[in-house]
Amino acid sequence: MQRYSGFGLVKHALSHHENWERQWRNPTPKKQYDVIIVGGGGHGLATAYYLAKEFGVKNVAVIEKGWLGGGNTARNTTIVRSNYLWDESAVLYEHAMKLWEGLSQDLNYNVMFSQRGVLNLGHTLQDMRDIQRRVNANRLNGIDGEVLDAKGVQELVPIMDCSKNARYPVMGASWQPRAGVARHDAVAWGYARGADAHGVDILQQTEVTGFKIRDGQIYGVHTNRGDIEAKTVGCVTAGNSSVLANMGGFNLPLESHPLQALVSEPIKPILDTVVMSNQVHGYISQSDKGDLVIGAGIDGYNGYGQRGSYPTVEHTLQAIVEMFPIFSRVRMNRQWGGIVDTCPDACPIISKTPVKGLYFNCGWGTGGFKATPGSGHVFAASLAKGEMHPIAEPFSMFRFHSGALIDEHGAAGVAH
Amino acid sequence: MFYIYCPYCGEHREEEEFHPKGQAHIERPKEPEACSDEEWGNYLFFRDNPRGVHHEMWVHAVGCRKFFNVTRHTVSYEILETYKMGEQPSITADSQSQAREGAAVSQQEGVRA
Repeated sequence: MQRYSGFGLVKHALSHHENWERQWRNPTPKKQYDVIIVGGGGHGLATAYYLAKEFGVKNVAVIEKGWLGGGNTARNTTIVRSNYLWDESAVLYEHAMKLWEGLSQDLNYNVMFSQRGVLNLGHTLQDMRDIQRRVNANRLNGIDGEVLDAKGVQELVPIMDCSKNARYPVMGASWQPRAGVARHDAVAWGYARGADAHGVDILQQTEVTGFKIRDGQIYGVHTNRGDIEAKTVGCVTAGNSSVLANMGGFNLPLESHPLQALVSEPIKPILDTVVMSNQVHGYISQSDKGDLVIGAGIDGYNGYGQRGSYPTVEHTLQAIVEMFPIFSRVRMNRQWGGIVDTCPDACPIISKTPVKGLYFNCGWGTGGFKATPGSGHVFAASLAKGEMHPIAEPFSMFRFHSGALIDEHGAAGVAH
Repeated sequence: MFYIYCPYCGEHREEEEFHPKGQAHIERPKEPEACSDEEWGNYLFFRDNPRGVHHEMWVHAVGCRKFFNVTRHTVSYEILETYKMGEQPSITADSQSQAREGAAVSQQEGVRA
């Protein structure tokens, strides 16, 4: 792998940038691998990267039916934070946050991780009580957080309507300074390049059509490019996880919903942090290009169509304009949808399954992007050892029968 | 944007009048106490999530406020039928795939419809 550096940039300038090497190979599938990862999004590529780099499993294939990071990795609103309420999820997301902080160096790829802070607004007394509880819980778990009053919010974001005249006046917020945003495509590409450099085969345009299972043990997958064998298979397929689980002969407690997002035309820098509100239901940040990146809640119905309904977009923008009257005449540039796999307790499933050797990492719902490095890391550890990593253990799919749910609807109330 | 036929109002109305309410035809176990953990967990948390024909409940929230059932395709989003509570769907994933197979055969054989 050619390492990127300032010197390299100058060197390649001399040859008019025509001799950059490809970031990853496009290999033909081998007959057999030690581990197959199904799904070439951020989480799948991160899993492959850590498998090869940290856990010494180099004979790995990532199978992707479309192109790398063409699903939710490229469709999210890039927010990264770790201020979750419960110990189990706080540890998981904070694990990811620590990896984020060194990710660009680790990957030798600029993921443009920008710790510009995230505000979660409170508009009612109950909101403020919940925020206080969550921030206290965060601090006990070693996660940074502060409770701000309306004045503090106004100082951070002068353009927001924090007046008493707002329909839902801002009473305060939780503030996580270490949170922020990252460039989502770069995350997928950086992990792909890193994994490829460690010998991982990334197979695009390869669709898994079934699992090869004998006596309750997996030994390979059927694909549109022939059968590929492996005794360990990890599925990281977000919105399509239910479909894959059914191929394996079991069900997951997931429902796939469209989640929409939109960006405005690029404008001059005006918003230097991330603002989220569960109550008026929307969130917004400004990308380095200058466009406002906006999202809100899922469309309520099940759908695999990567698009949603117009009224949802309208409600989203109503919320944004409620918070930021100054944006009322900004024009929106693009709008799209992704398919999120929502779990009843708003927490992911990182788990063994009834099929031996078959593992699932799914159910991230509306908030998977922020967890990408941590999710990949603990999933890789679990696949390499055949035992779930201690951080992943509480997220077993069997919690829906044991009753040990991790109810994060408070911290994950708005799509995130 | 959906244009939904409410079987109680007998009219097509815009999506904004309705709310989706999840999978249809779920029956609460008659004797919850007698359920195993697995049966009870399945009832509470496990839903059909098909990539294809799906039966779901919607409520006509700002209309007649009644619940009813919708059969809808989850990829094309096409609404195949709506029907009242307590009724059974006439279109299912099985009937759809049979119709498709039928169509494929007639195409193969060059049969004119």
